[in-house]
Amino acid sequence: MIPAAFDYYRPNNMDEVIALLQEHGDDARVMAGGHSLIPMMKLRMAEVPHLIDLQSIEGLNAIEVKDGQITLGAMVTQHDLIDHDGIAAAAPILREAALQIADPQVRYMGTIGGNVANGDPGNDMPGVMQCLDAQINLVGPDGPRTVAARDYYEAAYMTDRADDEVLVSVSLSAPTGGYAYEKQKRKIGDYATAAAAVQITNSEGKVASASIAMTNLSDVPVWSEEAGAALVGTSCDTDALGAAVAAMLGDIDPSEDNRGPVAFKRHVAGVILKRAVTRAWDRA
Amino acid sequence: MNDMTPDREERSANLKGMGCSRKRVEDARFTQGKGNYVDDIKLPDMLHGDFVRSPYAHARVVSVNKEAALALPGVVAVLTAEDLAPLNLHWMPTLAGDKQMVLADGKVLFQGQEVAFVVASDRYVAADAVELVEVEYEELPVITDPFEALKSEVVLREDLEGQTEGAHGPRKHHNHIFTWEQGDEAGTNQVLDNAEVVAEETMYYHRTHPCPLETCGSVASMDKVNGKLTLWGTFQAPHVVRTVASLLSGIEEHNIRVVSPDIGGGFGNKVGVYPGYVCSIVASIVTGKPVKWVEDRMENLMSTAFARDYHMTGKISATKEGKITGLHCHVTADHGGFDACADPTKFPAGFMNICTGSYDIPVAYLAVDGVYTNKAPGGVSYRCSFRVTEAVYFIERMIEVLAIELDMDAAELRRINFIKKEQFPYTAALGWEYDSGDYHTAWDKALETVDYEGLRAEQAERVEAFKRGETRKLMGVGLSFFTEIVGAGPVKNCDILGMGMFDSCEIRIHPTGSAIARLGTISQGQGHATTFAQILASEIGISADSITIEEGDTDTAPYGLGTYGSRSTPVAGAATAMAGRKIRAKAQMIAAYLLEVHDDDVEFDIDRFVVKGAPERFKTMKEIAYAAYNQAIPGIEPGLEAVSYYDPPNMTYPFGAYVCVMDIDVDTGVPEIRRFYALDDCGTRINPMIIEGQVHGGLTEALAVALGQEIAYDDMGNVKTGTLMDFFLPTAWEVPNYETDYTVTPSPHHPIGAKGVGESPHVGGVPCFSNAVQDAFRAFGLRHTNMPHDHWRIWQTANGLGLHD
Ligand SMILES: Cc1cc2nc3c(=O)[nH]c(=O)nc-3n(C[C@H](O)[C@H](O)[C@H](O)COP(=O)(O)OP(=O)(O)OC[C@H]3O[C@@H](n4cnc5c(N)ncnc54)[C@H](O)[C@@H]3O)c2cc1C
Repeated sequence: MIPAAFDYYRPNNMDEVIALLQEHGDDARVMAGGHSLIPMMKLRMAEVPHLIDLQSIEGLNAIEVKDGQITLGAMVTQHDLIDHDGIAAAAPILREAALQIADPQVRYMGTIGGNVANGDPGNDMPGVMQCLDAQINLVGPDGPRTVAARDYYEAAYMTDRADDEVLVSVSLSAPTGGYAYEKQKRKIGDYATAAAAVQITNSEGKVASASIAMTNLSDVPVWSEEAGAALVGTSCDTDALGAAVAAMLGDIDPSEDNRGPVAFKRHVAGVILKRAVTRAWDRA
Repeated sequence: MNDMTPDREERSANLKGMGCSRKRVEDARFTQGKGNYVDDIKLPDMLHGDFVRSPYAHARVVSVNKEAALALPGVVAVLTAEDLAPLNLHWMPTLAGDKQMVLADGKVLFQGQEVAFVVASDRYVAADAVELVEVEYEELPVITDPFEALKSEVVLREDLEGQTEGAHGPRKHHNHIFTWEQGDEAGTNQVLDNAEVVAEETMYYHRTHPCPLETCGSVASMDKVNGKLTLWGTFQAPHVVRTVASLLSGIEEHNIRVVSPDIGGGFGNKVGVYPGYVCSIVASIVTGKPVKWVEDRMENLMSTAFARDYHMTGKISATKEGKITGLHCHVTADHGGFDACADPTKFPAGFMNICTGSYDIPVAYLAVDGVYTNKAPGGVSYRCSFRVTEAVYFIERMIEVLAIELDMDAAELRRINFIKKEQFPYTAALGWEYDSGDYHTAWDKALETVDYEGLRAEQAERVEAFKRGETRKLMGVGLSFFTEIVGAGPVKNCDILGMGMFDSCEIRIHPTGSAIARLGTISQGQGHATTFAQILASEIGISADSITIEEGDTDTAPYGLGTYGSRSTPVAGAATAMAGRKIRAKAQMIAAYLLEVHDDDVEFDIDRFVVKGAPERFKTMKEIAYAAYNQAIPGIEPGLEAVSYYDPPNMTYPFGAYVCVMDIDVDTGVPEIRRFYALDDCGTRINPMIIEGQVHGGLTEALAVALGQEIAYDDMGNVKTGTLMDFFLPTAWEVPNYETDYTVTPSPHHPIGAKGVGESPHVGGVPCFSNAVQDAFRAFGLRHTNMPHDHWRIWQTANGLGLHD
């Protein structure tokens, strides 16, 4: 649990960060809250000869809620999110999900940027961001660019972000309707056995729109367009739930680990999704 | 009542003696981060050690190339078996009478085995150098299953080739360690063959680990000028370590000082002698500088003393009415690559022969076969060497299975088979003499408190609701009644490497009437400094607040066998009381002299000696202490000191009745503990608050083991649960609110009647949690399913019973 030696940088502007990333290429990484990266370094599973701490960069800590638009700075911590009244009102699913990440100690340090950028299939925010159709704002040597969360994840720890790009914020339209983030885990501080993010709107007793994303059931978060579509026009009755689950099961690809074998995970994914949809629909 | 009464009450309260929930004196430093643990020890010029460990579970070590590591600035030495061989320290004896490699001698037998020891000026450099040591391995076939080991041609322990005698009879196979048989085989078989009802079951008690918050470590400092070796370490038995270190190193015992500083949890994990300790000593001798070794969490989980790994097969017979007539138990015990249990020589499977439990079973037979596999050595933790947890799990599962076989209520089945109060002292079929007990009273109290009848009625309704499709949650009522066997123990029976398991206390009363007492035990969180002062306060009439308790420094403490197996109160606690009584006897003579009466004319009264019949004439213990040092008293030596070495006449037998109510989500496999009631009878209660704390802690560990805590291996012998992400260590979030209760049945042979409590909740808790899970499925035909009951295994049970169809 002792990391290999590394050089530590704490620049105070983004240009410097990008210059360092360009200079050291693969050998450099930015660090936000450090609660995914440092454990990996201590296990010597990540070797980072040049560690660039983002905490002195100004302007990455803001939460903005204005005119139905939400912007979360990369360095906003999960705790900040939980503590923010504007978020609780505008996008309560964010708070509900953040409360299910690890424990208070981790949430005081772990950031939205790190959670979304990391590319660990176990992270909870990527699925939530896909569910909400969030946009990921990056900046690199060629300036800023934006990628949809639904297009960002390629494989475990592989994302659309280039090595010399930094995630500066995540933006989204404030969702409407009912919501739920349902997660099964073995214990506090555990990643999901299965988790589902659901956002649903209700028009006269029928589902007008539904968005569904699943966490830790594939090597990337899984936004299941068809699962959402299966609910539209229904009243979330048993058949509709069954159809949504069937569609979702077509999109996930869990693997066996200490949380259990594949058959168990697929079964639980279905149960969790049904519960999430039912809860979201009750709130819609 | 006379007008002296309030005064006496107040004097008694001031003592903070036995029965008082005195706050723990240790906590001031622990809660302020002022504890002093091994890793807090920093000495000038100290070097740091770190291990190169085997990634393979079974392999030949072809070569070790140290060059690159030695070239790294700051690296002082890289030790291998070759370097230790000239000192004859490349192997060491285990506490079970086997031997274990200190550093890989030609081969490795488990993943994580110590291969080379790197010594560097800095902890970080040491870790870097570990990566630079090049080890060439040649992989060998891996055996992780003891049944396969007993059939395999692969020889795990080549060093034992040709050794056909095990510790207790012939070795049956080259991977076999010992067979241990107890009881009457022919008689038991005869009863089973002719029984009206027989229930059989096979169960696996999985391998787990106690994961103390502080990992193991040591600091060795060899002073070459005066020839003295000082060794600080995470030792539950510091004196044993000193003796073993002396025998191994040839350094005379008076030149070795072993110190156990604050210890952050032991649970048996810190009983054994580890290669790290030996290597830090050798490295300090070689370099002439202090050397520190502290393992990390993963090393602790993968290489230090585990618990269990017991494959148990049972047969229990009864009459149709449920009166048990016989019990048969066979165990295949997976000891890993070396047998590093800490068993008394006569008991290679500990006290597994307590497996007749709390029941009056006329005839029984037990056989245990120990087997080598490619897993880590060290079955010591969580009572593992004494095997009481296994025994109680076994019998409490067999009772449940028999209840199913008889279609009987499991609480009632227990009740009709309990040993009766008037049968104590009771000699069990497998030999132990239970000192005292009142099982029926405890059981009735427990069942009444939880409204057992009501729970069963609710459960039956739930089953019906489930069948009607109205709920997906089942309800389980977990029962367990356990009898512990602690306080090892009588020297005639119990030893560690030949050292008798007595314990000791030495008391010095200071002239101003305060005192220090030193013991051969060592607290790892049990609160000895608090409770032993309370025992003494009641015995010698000096307030517990004026008594310092010191343990763990072999230069000052009297010889003792340490703290594990709930033995401190039964053994060292008895020594404390006995030493206190010696002080009191001398104080009586001094008081009589001072009061100018005959010795027999004074009597002890809380904190003083009074003249019989004239309580206004007295000398307080404070006055007596002062006189002991400062007044010439004819025929009496100056000073007020005493020492007692206590060899208990018998073990003590705490017991308890536990009930757990659980709701289980059949679809996700998630269990929810609604209620947990624990009644403990540990005899005389010294500090109720500390007892409650011990019970909470032990129950939490029991919960962990029953519901998910596991050291799991894959077929290649890789540890699958080597970090706290996968290894279940419960937090407040997973833990229910425990309801504690008690009855008091003192031990008749212990000076203060105390029996010990530290391990009871673990021993009784594991079957209780497990029985709750299994009971939930009883109505659907489940007989037995193995722990750990984590989500997916519970789900699998439900799935296997067709509950997802
Ligand atoms: C015990 C424990 C339990 C946990 N449980 C959960 C859980 O249940 N669910 C969950 O979602 N998470 C969990 N986490 C992870 C935690 O939420 C992390 O804090 C989070 O995933 C990463 O955020 P961070 O700020 O700590 O990122 P860091 O660890 O600093 O970085 C993570 C990765 O992202 C990169 N990165 C960080 N910020 C940026 C940026 N702005 N631009 C580009 N790249 C960036 C880093 O280079 C690194 O590769 C757990 C962590 C611990 C220690």
